[in-house]
Amino acid sequence: MSDVMTATSARIEREIAENPVMLYMKGTAMFPQCGFSARVVQILSHLGVKFGTANVLEDAALRDGIKQFSNWPTVPQLYVKGEFVGGCDIVTEMFQSGELEGLLAEKGIAHNAAA
Amino acid sequence: MAMSATEIETLIRTAIPDAQVSVEDLAGDGDHYAAQIVSERFRGRSRIQQHQMVFEALGGRMGGVLHALALKTSVPE
Repeated sequence: MSDVMTATSARIEREIAENPVMLYMKGTAMFPQCGFSARVVQILSHLGVKFGTANVLEDAALRDGIKQFSNWPTVPQLYVKGEFVGGCDIVTEMFQSGELEGLLAEKGIAHNAAA
Repeated sequence: MAMSATEIETLIRTAIPDAQVSVEDLAGDGDHYAAQIVSERFRGRSRIQQHQMVFEALGGRMGGVLHALALKTSVPE
């Protein structure tokens, strides 16, 4: 592994440890720059979850690094308590089935109860 | 650099021969697709693992040539 890769992977490990819910995305929570990222932000906001974000468009090393880190070729990527949950499709499916809320509850992460 | 729905289907069927695959071109632009894949091989695997099997079938094209492919995987009922 190159030094850049090692540094990026250390950065990701630190971020997913520091943020119980961490989203790697294109753009920011306020201004998502991709429809898939926007949808995950919308779901997390709807659930009233506090989450950290990192914008892969601002950092080429992160954009490549996050894909290698999780062996997952696309962004967005959601991590809960340091564990990779999935991309937009999986998060959407889990939200619709109620599994996402169950996961948050199980991990002790504050969120809105189901409407 | 877009891919056709048929190419996507063929790649998936080649790697996962029992798969029932339907690919929809969402925007008619050869660039935004949604695929539904049903295979016995997904049984007992997490959604992440199921999607990774499909990514592997697509041989590195996901996130590259194929930038927008929504996936839904399941096992036969």
